Order: sequence, then structure tokens, then C-alpha cells
Amino acid sequence: MPSVMLRKRDDGKLLFYVAKKDLEETVESIEFDTEEKWGGEVVLGDDSRYYFEPMSPPPVIPITLRAKRI
Amino acid sequence: MSALTKEETEALIQEVLEVYPEKAKKDRAKHLAVNDQSLEKSNKCITSNRKSLPGVMTIRGCAYAGSKGVVWGPIKDMIHISHGPVGCGQYSRAGRRNYYVGTTGINTFGTMNFTSDFQEKDIVFGGDKKLAKLIDEIEVLFPLNKGISIQSECPIGLIGDDIEAVAKQKKKEHGKTVVPVRCEGFRGVSQSLGHHIANDAVRDWVLDPAAEKETAYEASPYDVAVIGDYNIGGDAWASRTLLEDMGLNVVAQWSGDGTIAEIENTSKVKLNLIHCYRSMNYISRHMEEKYGIPWIEYNFFGPTKIAESLRAIAAHFDDKIKEGAERVIEKYKAEYDEVIAKYKPRLQGKRVMLYVGGLRPRHVIGAYEDLGMEVVGTGYEFGHNDDYDRTIKEMGNATLLYDDVTGYEFEEFVKKVQPDLIGSGIKEKYIFQKMGVPFRQMHSWDYSGLYHGYDGFAIFARDMDMTINNPCWKSIKAPWKQEVANDVAVAASA
Ligand code: SF4
Repeated sequence: MPSVMLRKRDDGKLLFYVAKKDLEETVESIEFDTEEKWGGEVVLGDDSRYYFEPMSPPPVIPITLRAKRI
Repeated sequence: MSALTKEETEALIQEVLEVYPEKAKKDRAKHLAVNDQSLEKSNKCITSNRKSLPGVMTIRGCAYAGSKGVVWGPIKDMIHISHGPVGCGQYSRAGRRNYYVGTTGINTFGTMNFTSDFQEKDIVFGGDKKLAKLIDEIEVLFPLNKGISIQSECPIGLIGDDIEAVAKQKKKEHGKTVVPVRCEGFRGVSQSLGHHIANDAVRDWVLDPAAEKETAYEASPYDVAVIGDYNIGGDAWASRTLLEDMGLNVVAQWSGDGTIAEIENTSKVKLNLIHCYRSMNYISRHMEEKYGIPWIEYNFFGPTKIAESLRAIAAHFDDKIKEGAERVIEKYKAEYDEVIAKYKPRLQGKRVMLYVGGLRPRHVIGAYEDLGMEVVGTGYEFGHNDDYDRTIKEMGNATLLYDDVTGYEFEEFVKKVQPDLIGSGIKEKYIFQKMGVPFRQMHSWDYSGLYHGYDGFAIFARDMDMTINNPCWKSIKAPWKQEVANDVAVAASA
């Protein structure tokens, strides 16, 4: 369960950063991304997949969250 | 020699790898690559931040070097104790040329070496008592220090001393910041992890505790912090001048010529400006998350990149600053145009190979290009994937990328590529000079500098010219090995 730092890039894309793994990737898609619910499965730019426990209301970004690798 | 094609560069890498045993060859192959600008991510072509191979000459440092030497060391009004045996601190003392203003030994301590000088008995019985005594002595001898950091050397982690307990105790007794840093040299694969550990220590022991305190801080909408500029030869001063000229208020310099008070105030700025991404991105990310401070990377090497960066920084502010940026660029235009007019004809078309750390393998490319030069190979001592991501676009296609290059590989590459200039560290300098290749030491600017900003660019251009066009390179070959053509000329003149 790596700690993931999420931040918005200038062009509005979400960046997914894991310091320990040296991983800085864009988030290409995210399962739930609405006003009420946020999280679920995310697909990164390198096609790897992670899972965030869905949360509501959505978190304020930037934030550090735990994700599961799937 | 003309530029290599992609196939030739690939063949060169294969040829160089040939001498290694099978396993080493497989490992090193992952660290050498031909640049391909069409790639978005570097991990498709190059592996980085891995353990160096045993038996090769690597050019890396240790985590202690990353913390004490890079991040903490330049904070001038704190005393940084090299905790452990005497060597680590003494051999690296004052080598980095991070300039500061102050009276050394009175209110600033940058070039001094403080060490607990571990002996056998400290290793056997533990060194916490000695550390406590040392801190008390410092308080008596140097009462104007604004804080102390304890930089662990290898043995501290091995014998399991509790430096955190000592730090807390002494902080209470003396009422000053005392920071234990767990940057033992054996942690991680290079100095890079030391940067990270040092960033975390700044966060936990200085930045966050200070943010909770009430301070008399007058906020302005133009407050920025310069992050990751270590004032090598005065770099940070040139950067600061440009930013202030355009109307920004520089609250803090991390950490060249910086003070602990500046660091404590950084949580209140409006924007963090990062020069060395590698060594301080961690703290910037933290400040973004915790205090909502956005950060941007900028590059103050060479007029093209400076103008780009000034505009990008100004875009975060109102029209006053945007006009300020244009004004600054205009103000220095005559100056840098003159520099280019003078040196470009002398340097045009010269080819450079770099091998440095931190930000330079990609940041100085623009400055060389401003002088009409071309960077044909570059690499990081301790870069990560995100550094190479940022490098791919800066480098030309089919140029060489080498990560954690070994002494052997670097020499072979140079023999084949035959650059007109190499920019790397002191350990490489004399090897290449003896091979007859002009060389600049690009870590501490070869006892010159500063290189940042427009003022620095003028010095940069002069230094490169002075090195490449130095008449000594013509005298490298022994007279009896000179070309035949010369012999004829001599005979004719006789
Ligand atoms: S590796 Fe250990 S012993 Fe060597 S310089 Fe670094 S801290 Fe000192």
C-alpha cells in the first residue's frame, strides 16, 4: 500500500507520485470522479493500475492517500 | 567529427559494454541509452537510481553527503555537526563553494567543520553522552548560533545511538532548534536519498513546528521562496536580483546563503520556485499539500531559458509582475547580446559532453545552445526517472544518455565521440585533461562562477571560451608525434 501524493499539473491533469518508487505518472482515468464520490480504480500513463478506497466528498487536491496496487 | 546517427550511437554502446562479464553487461545496458525525443517517459529507455555495480568506478556520493553537504550545510547560521568519525566532515569541508555573507565563527559557520570525532570507545559504549557534551560546548563557544543539526555518519546507525533523544533534551535545555538527521552514508544507493532524508528532517523539525508558531510576518502578495539554489560561487544572489528586479519579494533562499529564520517563514509564501528539482522537490510537494503553496521549476542558465522562466514565473502573478519580467529581460538584453556576439563565433558548433548531478545535466543545455554549442551526451550521477523524463526533450535525437556512468564507460565514450568540451566533476577532470580534452568542473564551477542569471551567463561564456580555445591543447602532443604536415612546414622554414 504505497503512499501516493496527488497533485494537479498545470494542464489540469492529475499527477500520481510515489516517492519511494520514484514513480511520477499521469492519471489517465479514474473510476469515480463526481461531486459525491471519488476513488476506485485508476489507470496511469504507463498502464499500471491502482485502487483508492472510494471517498465522499472528494478529497481536496493536493493530498497524500494510500493506494493499493492491482 | 560529425554527429553520430542513432545506429552508430547504439553500436557504440554495445562496443563499450563488450568488456563486461555477462551479468554486469546486462545490468549496465539498462543505464545507457540513445535519446529519442518522441518518448514521453524515460523508463522506456533508461533505468536509474539503482545500486552501482561492485567493482566499477562510480562517481556517486553517500546519503550523508546529500544531507550535510547539499541540503543542510549551506544554512549559514546553524551549526551542522558531522556526527561520527572525523573524516567524512573534514574531507568534504568547504569544498562546495556555497558563498554566504557573515562573520565565520561568530554568526555564520558555513566553512567550519564540527565533528564528534568518534573513537573506538564511542563505537563500543555509544556516543550519545559525547554528543550532548559537544552541543553544550557549542553553546558556550558559539553562542550566536541559531540552531544545530546532527548529521549522522555511518557508525551512528550501526551502533544504534538515540540521537533523537539527545536532540529533544538539548532543545529543551538551550531553547534552540536541534535537528537529528538520520542520513547515515549507507542508506540508499547515492546521495539522492540523503536529500530526501534531509528534506523530511527540515519538514519535521523546522518547517512544520514553525508554521504553528505565531510570528511577526508581514505578508505581501509577491512573496516567493527560491528553493534548491545553493549559491555556488554566488549563484543565488544573481537569481535573487532578477526576481527582485521584476517586483517579487524573495522571502527565503533554500539553502545557499540561507538562514533558519528564512526557512521557518517559507510556509507563508505564495509560490515556491524550484531550481534543483532533484534535491528539494520533496519539501516543495509537502508545502503544496500542507500549506497550499504551488511550485514551479525554473532554469536560470542562459538568456533563452532565463527569459522563458521569468515569464513562466510572472504568469503566476498580476500584470505588475508580468511587466516587471519583460522589463528585466529588456534591461539585460544589451548585456547578453554582447556576450553572445563576442563568444558565439568562437564557440559555434563545439560539442559538449556532460556528466553531473542534480539539475545541471539538463539545465545547462540551454546556456550552451545560446552560445551555438551542442550537448551530445549527458547523464546524472544520482538522477531518478523523473529527471530523465525532463531531459529527453532537452537533448537532441540520437545523443547519448548515461546513468551512473562508470569511469571506464565515460572514457570510452569520450574517445569515440570526441567532444570539444567535457563538463563533469573533479575526479574526472585530470583524466580527461591528460587525454587532451578541454574540461570544466561543473559541480562548483571550477573555482569560478557564478553561472546563474544574466551576470552568470557572461562568466559562463568566458569560462567555456577560455577552456576550449586555450592554446595549451595544441601543445598536448609530443613534438615527435606531431603530424607529418608540420614536419614539412618546419623543414620548409629551416
Ligand atoms: S559513506 Fe559513511 S563513512 Fe563514508 S563519507 Fe558517507 S557517512 Fe562517512
